[in-house]
Amino acid sequence: MSNNYTEGDFQTAQTLETFGFLPKLTQEEIHAQIAYIIANNWTPAIEHEHPTGSSNHYWTMWKLPFFGERDLGKVVDELEACGRAYPDHHIRLLGYDNYTQSQGSAFVVREGRV
Amino acid sequence: MSENAYKAGVKEYREKYWTPDYAPLDTDLLACFKVTGQPGVPREEVAAAVAAESSTGTWSTVWSEFLTDMEYYKGRAYRIEDVPGDSESFYTFIAYPLDLFEEGSIVNVLTSLVGNVFGFKALKHLRLEDIRFPMAFIKTCGGPPAGIQVERDRLNKYGRPLLGATIKPKLGLSAKNYGRAVYECLRGGLDLTKDDENVNSQPFMRWRDRFEFVAEAIRKAEMETGERKGHYLNVTAATPEDMYERAEFAKELGMPIIMHDFLTGGFTANTGLANYCRKNSMLLHIHRAMHAVIDRHPKHGIHFRVLAKCLRLSGGDHLHTGTVVGKLEGDRNSTLGFVDQLRESFVPEDRSRGVFFDQDWGSMPGVFAVASGGIHVWHMPALLNIFGDDSVLQFGGGTQGHPWGNAAGAAANRVALEACVKARNEGRELEREARDILGTAARTSPELAIAMETWKEIKFEFETVDKLDI
Repeated sequence: MSNNYTEGDFQTAQTLETFGFLPKLTQEEIHAQIAYIIANNWTPAIEHEHPTGSSNHYWTMWKLPFFGERDLGKVVDELEACGRAYPDHHIRLLGYDNYTQSQGSAFVVREGRV
Repeated sequence: MSENAYKAGVKEYREKYWTPDYAPLDTDLLACFKVTGQPGVPREEVAAAVAAESSTGTWSTVWSEFLTDMEYYKGRAYRIEDVPGDSESFYTFIAYPLDLFEEGSIVNVLTSLVGNVFGFKALKHLRLEDIRFPMAFIKTCGGPPAGIQVERDRLNKYGRPLLGATIKPKLGLSAKNYGRAVYECLRGGLDLTKDDENVNSQPFMRWRDRFEFVAEAIRKAEMETGERKGHYLNVTAATPEDMYERAEFAKELGMPIIMHDFLTGGFTANTGLANYCRKNSMLLHIHRAMHAVIDRHPKHGIHFRVLAKCLRLSGGDHLHTGTVVGKLEGDRNSTLGFVDQLRESFVPEDRSRGVFFDQDWGSMPGVFAVASGGIHVWHMPALLNIFGDDSVLQFGGGTQGHPWGNAAGAAANRVALEACVKARNEGRELEREARDILGTAARTSPELAIAMETWKEIKFEFETVDKLDI
Protein backbone atom coordinates (compact mmCIF):
# COMPACT_ATOMS: atom_id res chain seq x y z
CA MET A 1 0.00 0.00 0.00
CA SER A 2 1.05 3.59 -0.53
CA ASN A 3 3.28 5.51 1.84
CA ASN A 4 2.46 9.05 0.82
CA TYR A 5 -0.76 9.61 2.62
CA THR A 6 -3.03 12.61 2.46
CA GLU A 7 -6.21 12.34 4.45
CA GLY A 8 -9.22 11.75 2.23
CA ASP A 9 -7.17 11.05 -0.90
CA PHE A 10 -6.96 7.38 -1.69
CA GLN A 11 -4.02 6.41 -3.88
CA THR A 12 -4.53 3.33 -6.01
CA ALA A 13 -1.89 0.70 -5.32
CA GLN A 14 -0.59 -2.34 -7.19
CA THR A 15 -1.49 -5.27 -4.98
CA LEU A 16 -0.99 -9.01 -5.25
CA GLU A 17 -4.31 -10.44 -4.04
CA THR A 18 -4.68 -12.06 -0.59
CA PHE A 19 -2.92 -10.10 2.18
CA GLY A 20 -1.98 -7.43 -0.38
CA PHE A 21 -3.67 -4.81 1.82
CA LEU A 22 -1.87 -5.74 5.05
CA PRO A 23 1.54 -4.49 6.15
CA LYS A 24 4.39 -6.77 5.06
CA LEU A 25 4.12 -9.98 7.09
CA THR A 26 6.86 -10.61 9.67
CA GLN A 27 8.80 -13.89 9.70
CA GLU A 28 6.69 -15.01 12.64
CA GLU A 29 3.45 -14.21 10.82
CA ILE A 30 4.62 -16.09 7.73
CA HIS A 31 5.42 -19.09 9.90
CA ALA A 32 1.89 -19.03 11.33
CA GLN A 33 0.43 -19.13 7.83
CA ILE A 34 2.67 -22.07 6.87
CA ALA A 35 1.51 -23.86 10.02
CA TYR A 36 -2.11 -23.24 8.92
CA ILE A 37 -1.41 -24.86 5.53
CA ILE A 38 0.21 -27.88 7.16
CA ALA A 39 -2.55 -28.21 9.78
CA ASN A 40 -5.13 -28.40 6.97
CA ASN A 41 -3.18 -31.22 5.30
CA TRP A 42 -2.68 -29.06 2.24
CA THR A 43 0.48 -29.35 0.18
CA PRO A 44 2.83 -26.36 0.54
CA ALA A 45 4.22 -25.08 -2.75
CA ILE A 46 6.30 -22.11 -3.85
CA GLU A 47 6.03 -20.04 -7.03
CA HIS A 48 8.09 -17.10 -8.18
CA GLU A 49 7.81 -14.60 -11.02
CA HIS A 50 9.40 -11.39 -12.20
CA PRO A 51 7.09 -8.48 -11.31
CA THR A 52 6.45 -7.73 -15.00
CA GLY A 53 4.75 -11.12 -15.32
CA SER A 54 2.78 -11.09 -12.09
CA SER A 55 -0.66 -10.84 -13.70
CA ASN A 56 -0.31 -14.21 -15.46
CA HIS A 57 -2.20 -17.19 -14.07
CA TYR A 58 0.97 -19.25 -14.13
CA TRP A 59 4.06 -18.24 -12.22
CA THR A 60 7.17 -20.40 -12.33
CA MET A 61 7.21 -23.27 -9.83
CA TRP A 62 10.11 -23.55 -7.42
CA LYS A 63 10.90 -27.28 -7.57
CA LEU A 64 7.83 -29.49 -7.08
CA PRO A 65 5.13 -28.92 -4.43
CA PHE A 66 6.30 -30.36 -1.10
CA PHE A 67 3.99 -33.37 -0.94
CA GLY A 68 3.54 -34.75 2.54
CA GLU A 69 5.77 -32.11 4.14
CA ARG A 70 4.88 -31.62 7.83
CA ASP A 71 7.99 -29.71 8.86
CA LEU A 72 7.47 -25.96 8.93
CA GLY A 73 11.22 -25.35 9.02
CA LYS A 74 11.78 -27.13 5.71
CA VAL A 75 9.20 -24.94 3.98
CA VAL A 76 10.90 -21.85 5.42
CA ASP A 77 14.27 -23.11 4.11
CA GLU A 78 12.82 -23.57 0.64
CA LEU A 79 11.33 -20.06 0.68
CA GLU A 80 14.75 -18.69 1.54
CA ALA A 81 16.50 -20.76 -1.10
CA CYS A 82 14.02 -19.58 -3.73
CA GLY A 83 14.55 -15.97 -2.61
CA ARG A 84 18.32 -16.28 -2.97
CA ALA A 85 18.03 -17.85 -6.42
CA TYR A 86 15.62 -15.16 -7.71
CA PRO A 87 16.44 -12.02 -5.74
CA ASP A 88 14.27 -9.69 -7.83
CA HIS A 89 11.20 -11.96 -8.16
CA HIS A 90 7.87 -12.05 -6.33
CA ILE A 91 7.67 -15.18 -4.20
CA ARG A 92 4.30 -16.76 -3.43
CA LEU A 93 3.44 -19.53 -1.02
CA LEU A 94 0.41 -21.70 -1.68
CA GLY A 95 -1.38 -24.61 -0.10
CA TYR A 96 -2.79 -27.08 -2.63
CA ASP A 97 -6.06 -28.64 -1.47
CA ASN A 98 -6.46 -31.92 -3.35
CA TYR A 99 -10.08 -32.34 -2.19
CA THR A 100 -11.38 -29.08 -3.70
CA GLN A 101 -8.73 -29.13 -6.44
CA SER A 102 -8.09 -25.52 -5.53
CA GLN A 103 -5.68 -23.60 -3.36
CA GLY A 104 -6.76 -23.27 0.27
CA SER A 105 -4.21 -20.54 0.76
CA ALA A 106 -2.07 -18.37 -1.54
CA PHE A 107 -0.23 -15.20 -0.66
CA VAL A 108 2.89 -13.34 -1.62
CA VAL A 109 5.63 -13.79 0.94
CA ARG A 110 8.08 -11.37 -0.61
CA GLU A 111 7.57 -8.72 -3.29
CA GLY A 112 10.19 -8.45 -6.00
CA ARG A 113 11.75 -5.24 -7.25
CA VAL A 114 10.05 -3.64 -10.25
CA MET B 1 -67.00 -56.32 -8.81
CA SER B 2 -63.21 -56.75 -9.10
CA GLU B 3 -60.83 -54.18 -7.69
CA ASN B 4 -59.68 -53.36 -11.21
CA ALA B 5 -63.10 -52.37 -12.44
CA TYR B 6 -63.95 -48.71 -12.99
CA LYS B 7 -66.43 -47.25 -10.57
CA ALA B 8 -67.20 -43.56 -10.89
CA GLY B 9 -67.20 -41.45 -7.76
CA VAL B 10 -65.04 -39.87 -5.11
CA LYS B 11 -62.63 -42.06 -3.14
CA GLU B 12 -60.73 -41.19 -0.03
CA TYR B 13 -57.22 -40.20 -1.00
CA ARG B 14 -55.64 -42.33 1.72
CA GLU B 15 -56.85 -45.57 0.13
CA LYS B 16 -54.35 -45.06 -2.64
CA TYR B 17 -51.83 -42.41 -1.61
CA TRP B 18 -51.10 -43.13 2.08
CA THR B 19 -48.53 -45.94 2.10
CA PRO B 20 -46.77 -46.05 5.50
CA ASP B 21 -45.01 -49.33 4.62
CA TYR B 22 -43.34 -47.90 1.52
CA ALA B 23 -39.51 -47.86 1.52
CA PRO B 24 -38.43 -44.98 -0.76
CA LEU B 25 -36.17 -45.86 -3.67
CA ASP B 26 -32.80 -44.19 -4.31
CA THR B 27 -34.26 -42.88 -7.54
CA ASP B 28 -37.36 -41.35 -5.92
CA LEU B 29 -37.61 -37.63 -5.51
CA LEU B 30 -38.54 -37.10 -1.86
CA ALA B 31 -40.30 -34.07 -0.43
CA CYS B 32 -41.14 -32.92 3.05
CA PHE B 33 -44.14 -30.64 3.50
CA LYS B 34 -45.31 -28.87 6.61
CA VAL B 35 -49.07 -29.34 6.45
CA THR B 36 -51.79 -27.48 8.29
CA GLY B 37 -55.12 -29.14 7.49
CA GLN B 38 -58.62 -27.83 8.00
CA PRO B 39 -59.94 -28.86 11.44
CA GLY B 40 -61.45 -32.34 11.62
CA VAL B 41 -59.72 -33.91 8.60
CA PRO B 42 -57.49 -36.87 9.63
CA ARG B 43 -53.75 -36.37 9.11
CA GLU B 44 -53.39 -39.42 6.86
CA GLU B 45 -56.14 -38.15 4.59
CA VAL B 46 -54.58 -34.70 4.31
CA ALA B 47 -51.10 -36.14 3.68
CA ALA B 48 -52.48 -38.48 1.03
CA ALA B 49 -54.31 -35.59 -0.61
CA VAL B 50 -51.08 -33.62 -0.87
CA ALA B 51 -49.35 -36.64 -2.44
CA ALA B 52 -52.20 -37.15 -4.87
CA GLU B 53 -52.72 -33.54 -5.90
CA SER B 54 -48.97 -33.01 -6.44
CA SER B 55 -48.64 -36.14 -8.57
CA THR B 56 -51.15 -38.24 -10.45
CA GLY B 57 -54.39 -37.72 -8.61
CA THR B 58 -57.49 -35.68 -9.14
CA TRP B 59 -60.55 -35.23 -6.94
CA SER B 60 -62.63 -37.84 -8.75
CA THR B 61 -61.81 -41.28 -10.07
CA VAL B 62 -61.53 -41.24 -13.86
CA TRP B 63 -61.82 -44.21 -16.21
CA SER B 64 -58.61 -43.43 -18.10
CA GLU B 65 -56.54 -44.15 -14.98
CA PHE B 66 -57.10 -47.76 -15.83
CA LEU B 67 -55.21 -47.42 -19.12
CA THR B 68 -51.93 -46.96 -17.25
CA ASP B 69 -50.18 -48.36 -14.22
CA MET B 70 -50.99 -45.83 -11.53
CA GLU B 71 -49.07 -47.84 -8.97
CA TYR B 72 -45.93 -47.04 -10.95
CA TYR B 73 -46.57 -43.31 -11.36
CA LYS B 74 -48.32 -42.20 -8.19
CA GLY B 75 -46.72 -40.12 -5.45
CA ARG B 76 -46.88 -41.73 -2.00
CA ALA B 77 -47.18 -40.16 1.43
CA TYR B 78 -45.02 -42.54 3.46
CA ARG B 79 -44.41 -40.81 6.77
CA ILE B 80 -46.05 -38.33 9.13
CA GLU B 81 -44.25 -36.54 11.94
CA ASP B 82 -45.20 -34.01 14.56
CA VAL B 83 -43.90 -30.48 14.22
CA PRO B 84 -42.17 -29.77 17.55
CA GLY B 85 -44.12 -27.22 19.57
CA ASP B 86 -46.96 -26.94 17.06
CA SER B 87 -50.08 -29.09 17.54
CA GLU B 88 -51.87 -27.63 14.52
CA SER B 89 -49.36 -28.69 11.84
CA PHE B 90 -47.46 -31.84 10.96
CA TYR B 91 -44.77 -32.92 8.51
CA THR B 92 -45.53 -35.32 5.74
CA PHE B 93 -42.92 -37.06 3.62
CA ILE B 94 -43.81 -37.89 0.04
CA ALA B 95 -41.96 -40.04 -2.50
CA TYR B 96 -42.35 -39.28 -6.20
CA PRO B 97 -41.19 -41.72 -8.89
CA LEU B 98 -38.41 -40.30 -11.07
CA ASP B 99 -40.44 -40.66 -14.27
CA LEU B 100 -42.90 -37.99 -13.15
CA PHE B 101 -40.32 -35.34 -14.06
CA GLU B 102 -38.67 -34.22 -17.26
CA GLU B 103 -34.88 -34.58 -17.22
CA GLY B 104 -33.06 -31.37 -16.26
CA SER B 105 -36.29 -29.42 -15.67
CA ILE B 106 -36.57 -27.65 -12.34
CA VAL B 107 -39.62 -25.96 -13.85
CA ASN B 108 -41.32 -29.33 -14.17
CA VAL B 109 -40.46 -30.39 -10.60
CA LEU B 110 -41.87 -27.18 -9.13
CA THR B 111 -44.95 -27.17 -11.32
CA SER B 112 -45.84 -30.54 -9.84
CA LEU B 113 -44.76 -30.12 -6.24
CA VAL B 114 -45.91 -26.56 -5.63
CA GLY B 115 -48.67 -26.37 -8.23
CA ASN B 116 -52.42 -26.65 -7.65
CA VAL B 117 -51.93 -28.42 -4.36
CA PHE B 118 -51.11 -25.13 -2.61
CA GLY B 119 -54.60 -23.84 -3.26
CA PHE B 120 -56.29 -27.01 -2.13
CA LYS B 121 -59.30 -26.24 0.06
CA ALA B 122 -58.72 -29.06 2.55
CA LEU B 123 -55.52 -27.29 3.55
CA LYS B 124 -55.21 -24.18 5.63
CA HIS B 125 -51.50 -23.82 4.93
CA LEU B 126 -48.85 -25.80 3.13
CA ARG B 127 -45.12 -25.32 3.08
CA LEU B 128 -42.55 -27.23 1.06
CA GLU B 129 -39.73 -27.66 3.58
CA ASP B 130 -37.18 -29.73 1.68
CA ILE B 131 -36.62 -31.84 -1.43
CA ARG B 132 -34.23 -34.77 -1.71
CA PHE B 133 -33.17 -34.81 -5.34
CA PRO B 134 -32.06 -38.28 -6.47
CA MET B 135 -28.66 -38.53 -8.14
CA ALA B 136 -30.38 -39.83 -11.25
CA PHE B 137 -32.11 -36.43 -11.58
CA ILE B 138 -29.12 -34.33 -10.54
CA LYS B 139 -27.06 -35.87 -13.32
CA THR B 140 -29.52 -34.47 -15.87
CA CYS B 141 -29.05 -30.85 -14.68
CA GLY B 142 -26.36 -28.47 -15.94
CA GLY B 143 -25.83 -26.71 -12.64
CA PRO B 144 -23.47 -23.79 -12.06
CA PRO B 145 -21.86 -22.52 -15.29
CA ALA B 146 -18.42 -22.53 -13.64
CA GLY B 147 -18.61 -23.36 -9.94
CA ILE B 148 -16.50 -22.20 -7.01
CA GLN B 149 -13.24 -23.87 -8.03
CA VAL B 150 -13.27 -22.59 -11.62
CA GLU B 151 -14.29 -19.08 -10.55
CA ARG B 152 -11.36 -18.89 -8.10
CA ASP B 153 -8.98 -20.00 -10.82
CA ARG B 154 -10.34 -17.51 -13.35
CA LEU B 155 -10.28 -14.61 -10.92
CA ASN B 156 -7.04 -15.70 -9.19
CA LYS B 157 -8.49 -15.34 -5.68
CA TYR B 158 -7.65 -17.93 -3.05
CA GLY B 159 -7.81 -18.48 0.66
CA ARG B 160 -10.38 -15.80 1.43
CA PRO B 161 -13.95 -14.73 0.68
CA LEU B 162 -14.44 -12.46 -2.33
CA LEU B 163 -15.34 -8.86 -1.61
CA GLY B 164 -18.12 -7.00 -3.38
CA ALA B 165 -20.57 -4.12 -3.27
CA THR B 166 -23.85 -3.18 -4.84
CA ILE B 167 -23.58 0.20 -6.53
CA LYS B 168 -25.68 2.91 -4.86
CA PRO B 169 -27.89 4.83 -5.22
CA LYS B 170 -29.52 1.83 -6.77
CA LEU B 171 -31.64 3.84 -9.16
CA GLY B 172 -31.18 7.16 -10.90
CA LEU B 173 -27.50 7.44 -11.79
CA SER B 174 -26.40 8.14 -15.35
CA ALA B 175 -24.24 5.49 -16.99
CA LYS B 176 -21.06 7.53 -16.74
CA ASN B 177 -21.57 8.41 -13.07
CA TYR B 178 -22.45 4.80 -12.37
CA GLY B 179 -19.23 3.59 -13.99
CA ARG B 180 -17.36 6.10 -11.82
CA ALA B 181 -18.82 4.52 -8.67
CA VAL B 182 -17.77 1.08 -9.96
CA TYR B 183 -14.24 2.23 -10.75
CA GLU B 184 -13.79 3.80 -7.31
CA CYS B 185 -14.90 0.62 -5.52
CA LEU B 186 -12.67 -1.63 -7.60
CA ARG B 187 -9.53 0.51 -7.43
CA GLY B 188 -9.97 0.67 -3.65
CA GLY B 189 -9.68 -3.09 -3.28
CA LEU B 190 -13.04 -4.77 -3.95
CA ASP B 191 -12.98 -7.76 -6.27
CA LEU B 192 -16.49 -7.36 -7.65
CA THR B 193 -19.27 -4.83 -7.86
CA LYS B 194 -22.91 -5.46 -8.60
CA ASP B 195 -25.86 -3.93 -10.40
CA ASP B 196 -28.73 -3.55 -8.02
CA GLU B 197 -31.51 -5.99 -8.88
CA ASN B 198 -33.85 -3.23 -10.02
CA VAL B 199 -31.28 -1.90 -12.46
CA ASN B 200 -32.35 -3.28 -15.83
CA SER B 201 -32.62 -0.68 -18.59
CA GLN B 202 -34.53 2.31 -17.35
CA PRO B 203 -34.79 5.72 -19.03
CA PHE B 204 -32.13 7.26 -16.78
CA MET B 205 -29.55 4.61 -17.75
CA ARG B 206 -30.00 2.29 -20.71
CA TRP B 207 -28.29 -1.07 -20.45
CA ARG B 208 -25.87 -0.63 -23.36
CA ASP B 209 -24.50 2.65 -21.98
CA ARG B 210 -24.09 1.10 -18.53
CA PHE B 211 -22.25 -1.93 -19.91
CA GLU B 212 -19.79 0.23 -21.88
CA PHE B 213 -18.90 2.56 -19.00
CA VAL B 214 -18.64 -0.32 -16.52
CA ALA B 215 -16.33 -2.20 -18.90
CA GLU B 216 -14.02 0.81 -19.02
CA ALA B 217 -14.10 1.08 -15.22
CA ILE B 218 -13.10 -2.58 -14.84
CA ARG B 219 -10.28 -2.39 -17.38
CA LYS B 220 -8.82 0.70 -15.74
CA ALA B 221 -9.05 -0.75 -12.23
CA GLU B 222 -7.43 -4.01 -13.35
CA MET B 223 -4.57 -2.17 -15.02
CA GLU B 224 -3.91 0.04 -12.02
CA THR B 225 -4.18 -2.60 -9.29
CA GLY B 226 -2.82 -5.64 -11.14
CA GLU B 227 -5.73 -7.69 -9.73
CA ARG B 228 -8.65 -9.28 -11.54
CA LYS B 229 -11.95 -7.43 -11.22
CA GLY B 230 -15.54 -7.86 -12.31
CA HIS B 231 -19.00 -6.31 -12.17
CA TYR B 232 -22.22 -8.30 -12.26
CA LEU B 233 -23.98 -6.84 -15.29
CA ASN B 234 -27.67 -7.48 -14.71
CA VAL B 235 -29.14 -8.97 -17.87
CA THR B 236 -32.56 -9.65 -16.32
CA ALA B 237 -35.04 -8.32 -18.87
CA ALA B 238 -38.66 -8.34 -19.98
CA THR B 239 -38.15 -11.11 -22.54
CA PRO B 240 -35.62 -13.91 -23.11
CA GLU B 241 -34.63 -12.25 -26.38
CA ASP B 242 -33.70 -9.01 -24.57
CA MET B 243 -31.86 -11.00 -21.92
CA TYR B 244 -29.69 -12.84 -24.44
CA GLU B 245 -29.00 -9.65 -26.40
CA ARG B 246 -27.59 -8.09 -23.21
CA ALA B 247 -25.61 -11.21 -22.33
CA GLU B 248 -24.15 -11.25 -25.82
CA PHE B 249 -22.98 -7.63 -25.53
CA ALA B 250 -21.38 -8.32 -22.14
CA LYS B 251 -19.51 -11.18 -23.78
CA GLU B 252 -18.36 -8.91 -26.64
CA LEU B 253 -16.98 -6.50 -24.05
CA GLY B 254 -15.03 -9.36 -22.48
CA MET B 255 -16.89 -9.13 -19.17
CA PRO B 256 -16.25 -12.04 -16.80
CA ILE B 257 -19.63 -12.14 -15.05
CA ILE B 258 -23.30 -11.31 -15.61
CA MET B 259 -26.31 -11.44 -13.34
CA HIS B 260 -29.88 -12.71 -13.23
CA ASP B 261 -32.83 -12.57 -10.85
CA PHE B 262 -33.92 -16.21 -10.77
CA LEU B 263 -37.35 -15.89 -9.17
CA THR B 264 -38.76 -12.83 -10.92
CA GLY B 265 -37.07 -13.91 -14.17
CA GLY B 266 -38.16 -17.50 -13.69
CA PHE B 267 -36.45 -20.88 -13.86
CA THR B 268 -36.84 -21.24 -17.62
CA ALA B 269 -34.91 -18.04 -18.21
CA ASN B 270 -32.40 -18.91 -15.50
CA THR B 271 -31.58 -22.37 -16.80
CA GLY B 272 -31.22 -21.05 -20.33
CA LEU B 273 -28.95 -18.24 -19.21
CA ALA B 274 -26.82 -20.63 -17.15
CA ASN B 275 -26.35 -22.76 -20.25
CA TYR B 276 -25.37 -19.65 -22.20
CA CYS B 277 -22.81 -18.69 -19.56
CA ARG B 278 -21.30 -22.17 -19.51
CA LYS B 279 -20.99 -22.12 -23.29
CA ASN B 280 -19.38 -18.68 -23.30
CA SER B 281 -17.11 -18.95 -20.24
CA MET B 282 -18.95 -16.32 -18.24
CA LEU B 283 -19.82 -16.45 -14.55
CA LEU B 284 -23.41 -16.03 -13.40
CA HIS B 285 -24.42 -14.12 -10.27
CA ILE B 286 -27.92 -14.83 -8.98
CA HIS B 287 -30.09 -12.41 -7.07
CA ARG B 288 -33.23 -13.60 -5.26
CA ALA B 289 -35.80 -10.80 -5.40
CA MET B 290 -39.28 -12.11 -4.39
CA HIS B 291 -37.87 -14.90 -2.22
CA ALA B 292 -39.27 -13.51 1.04
CA VAL B 293 -42.77 -13.51 -0.48
CA ILE B 294 -42.38 -17.23 -0.98
CA ASP B 295 -40.23 -18.33 1.94
CA ARG B 296 -40.79 -16.11 4.97
CA HIS B 297 -44.11 -17.40 6.32
CA PRO B 298 -43.33 -20.32 8.66
CA LYS B 299 -46.41 -22.30 7.61
CA HIS B 300 -46.96 -21.49 3.97
CA GLY B 301 -44.88 -21.33 0.83
CA ILE B 302 -41.49 -22.82 0.03
CA HIS B 303 -38.52 -22.76 2.36
CA PHE B 304 -35.48 -21.02 0.91
CA ARG B 305 -33.42 -24.21 1.27
CA VAL B 306 -35.59 -25.66 -1.51
CA LEU B 307 -35.17 -22.59 -3.70
CA ALA B 308 -31.40 -22.72 -3.10
CA LYS B 309 -31.24 -26.39 -4.11
CA CYS B 310 -33.30 -25.64 -7.21
CA LEU B 311 -30.95 -22.81 -8.14
CA ARG B 312 -27.86 -25.01 -7.80
CA LEU B 313 -29.45 -27.42 -10.26
CA SER B 314 -30.81 -24.74 -12.61
CA GLY B 315 -27.46 -22.96 -12.62
CA GLY B 316 -25.70 -20.03 -10.97
CA ASP B 317 -22.22 -19.38 -9.59
CA HIS B 318 -23.30 -17.04 -6.77
CA LEU B 319 -26.53 -16.99 -4.77
CA HIS B 320 -27.66 -14.50 -2.13
CA THR B 321 -28.27 -16.23 1.20
CA GLY B 322 -28.77 -13.38 3.63
CA THR B 323 -26.16 -12.26 6.13
CA VAL B 324 -27.52 -13.49 9.50
CA VAL B 325 -26.04 -10.34 11.08
CA GLY B 326 -27.21 -7.56 8.73
CA LYS B 327 -30.50 -5.81 7.99
CA LEU B 328 -32.34 -8.77 6.42
CA GLU B 329 -34.06 -11.77 8.00
CA GLY B 330 -32.04 -14.94 8.56
CA ASP B 331 -31.59 -17.45 11.37
CA ARG B 332 -27.96 -18.61 11.76
CA ASN B 333 -28.47 -22.39 11.82
CA SER B 334 -31.08 -22.35 9.10
CA THR B 335 -28.79 -20.20 6.91
CA LEU B 336 -25.87 -22.57 7.49
CA GLY B 337 -28.19 -25.41 6.47
CA PHE B 338 -28.83 -24.04 3.01
CA VAL B 339 -25.34 -22.62 2.56
CA ASP B 340 -24.15 -26.24 2.85
CA GLN B 341 -26.60 -27.21 0.11
CA LEU B 342 -24.98 -24.69 -2.21
CA ARG B 343 -21.37 -25.67 -1.63
CA GLU B 344 -20.92 -29.23 -0.35
CA SER B 345 -20.91 -32.50 -2.26
CA PHE B 346 -22.84 -34.30 0.47
CA VAL B 347 -25.09 -32.81 3.15
CA PRO B 348 -26.39 -35.17 5.86
CA GLU B 349 -29.87 -34.87 7.42
CA ASP B 350 -29.65 -32.44 10.33
CA ARG B 351 -32.88 -31.17 11.88
CA SER B 352 -30.97 -28.63 13.97
CA ARG B 353 -30.20 -26.91 10.66
CA GLY B 354 -33.58 -27.62 9.08
CA VAL B 355 -32.16 -30.30 6.76
CA PHE B 356 -34.75 -33.09 6.39
CA PHE B 357 -32.88 -35.46 4.08
CA ASP B 358 -29.40 -36.67 3.27
CA GLN B 359 -28.55 -34.94 0.00
CA ASP B 360 -25.84 -36.30 -2.27
CA TRP B 361 -24.77 -33.70 -4.86
CA GLY B 362 -22.22 -35.93 -6.57
CA SER B 363 -19.96 -33.94 -8.85
CA MET B 364 -22.29 -30.92 -9.16
CA PRO B 365 -20.10 -27.77 -8.90
CA GLY B 366 -20.57 -25.54 -5.87
CA VAL B 367 -22.17 -22.10 -5.66
CA PHE B 368 -20.65 -19.17 -3.76
CA ALA B 369 -22.88 -18.00 -0.88
CA VAL B 370 -23.41 -14.24 -1.11
CA ALA B 371 -23.91 -12.24 2.08
CA SER B 372 -25.27 -8.80 1.29
CA GLY B 373 -27.45 -6.21 2.99
CA GLY B 374 -26.73 -3.88 5.86
CA ILE B 375 -23.25 -5.15 6.72
CA HIS B 376 -20.14 -3.14 7.56
CA VAL B 377 -16.59 -3.62 8.84
CA TRP B 378 -17.68 -4.48 12.39
CA HIS B 379 -19.55 -7.51 11.03
CA MET B 380 -16.47 -8.88 9.26
CA PRO B 381 -15.29 -11.31 12.00
CA ALA B 382 -18.76 -12.85 12.37
CA LEU B 383 -19.29 -13.02 8.60
CA LEU B 384 -16.02 -14.88 8.08
CA ASN B 385 -16.95 -17.32 10.86
CA ILE B 386 -20.44 -17.92 9.50
CA PHE B 387 -19.74 -18.06 5.78
CA GLY B 388 -16.10 -19.20 5.54
CA ASP B 389 -13.93 -18.65 2.49
CA ASP B 390 -16.33 -19.79 -0.23
CA SER B 391 -18.50 -16.71 -0.02
CA VAL B 392 -18.88 -13.23 -1.45
CA LEU B 393 -19.24 -10.55 1.22
CA GLN B 394 -20.97 -7.49 -0.19
CA PHE B 395 -20.80 -4.15 1.51
CA GLY B 396 -22.92 -1.60 -0.38
CA GLY B 397 -23.59 1.17 2.11
CA GLY B 398 -20.63 -0.19 4.07
CA THR B 399 -18.31 0.76 1.21
CA GLN B 400 -19.93 3.76 -0.43
CA GLY B 401 -21.03 5.35 2.82
CA HIS B 402 -17.41 5.85 3.89
CA PRO B 403 -16.68 9.53 4.73
CA TRP B 404 -13.86 9.60 2.15
CA GLY B 405 -15.76 7.80 -0.60
CA ASN B 406 -15.90 4.44 -2.33
CA ALA B 407 -12.19 3.73 -2.79
CA ALA B 408 -11.40 4.39 0.86
CA GLY B 409 -14.48 2.39 1.89
CA ALA B 410 -13.38 -0.51 -0.29
CA ALA B 411 -9.86 -0.41 1.19
CA ALA B 412 -11.30 -0.40 4.72
CA ASN B 413 -13.28 -3.55 3.96
CA ARG B 414 -10.36 -5.26 2.25
CA VAL B 415 -8.03 -4.53 5.17
CA ALA B 416 -10.65 -5.75 7.66
CA LEU B 417 -11.25 -8.92 5.65
CA GLU B 418 -7.58 -9.76 5.27
CA ALA B 419 -6.88 -9.03 8.94
CA CYS B 420 -9.67 -11.43 9.90
CA VAL B 421 -8.49 -14.16 7.50
CA LYS B 422 -4.94 -13.83 8.80
CA ALA B 423 -6.13 -13.96 12.43
CA ARG B 424 -8.35 -16.99 11.77
CA ASN B 425 -5.44 -18.83 10.13
CA GLU B 426 -3.33 -18.02 13.19
CA GLY B 427 -5.94 -19.81 15.30
CA ARG B 428 -7.46 -16.75 16.95
CA GLU B 429 -11.14 -16.55 17.94
CA LEU B 430 -12.59 -14.03 15.55
CA GLU B 431 -15.81 -12.99 17.21
CA ARG B 432 -14.39 -12.84 20.72
CA GLU B 433 -11.25 -10.96 19.66
CA ALA B 434 -12.95 -8.81 17.02
CA ARG B 435 -12.16 -5.50 18.66
CA ASP B 436 -8.47 -6.30 19.01
CA ILE B 437 -8.08 -7.78 15.52
CA LEU B 438 -9.80 -4.87 13.78
CA GLY B 439 -8.22 -2.28 16.09
CA THR B 440 -4.73 -3.54 15.33
CA ALA B 441 -5.41 -3.53 11.58
CA ALA B 442 -6.77 0.03 11.80
CA ARG B 443 -3.47 1.30 13.18
CA THR B 444 -1.91 1.00 9.72
CA SER B 445 -5.12 1.76 7.79
CA PRO B 446 -6.67 5.20 8.40
CA GLU B 447 -9.48 4.13 6.03
CA LEU B 448 -10.41 1.28 8.38
CA ALA B 449 -10.08 3.47 11.47
CA ILE B 450 -12.61 5.97 10.06
CA ALA B 451 -14.95 3.17 8.92
CA MET B 452 -14.93 1.65 12.41
CA GLU B 453 -15.74 5.04 13.91
CA THR B 454 -18.54 5.70 11.38
CA TRP B 455 -20.44 2.44 11.89
CA LYS B 456 -19.69 1.58 15.49
CA GLU B 457 -23.28 1.99 16.69
CA ILE B 458 -25.18 0.37 13.84
CA LYS B 459 -26.82 -2.93 14.71
CA PHE B 460 -29.85 -4.74 13.35
CA GLU B 461 -31.29 -6.72 16.24
CA PHE B 462 -34.79 -8.00 15.57
CA GLU B 463 -36.26 -11.42 16.23
CA THR B 464 -36.27 -13.81 13.27
CA VAL B 465 -39.83 -14.32 11.95
CA ASP B 466 -39.22 -17.76 10.44
CA LYS B 467 -37.61 -19.82 13.20
CA LEU B 468 -36.63 -23.48 12.89
CA ASP B 469 -39.09 -25.83 14.60
CA ILE B 470 -36.71 -27.62 16.94
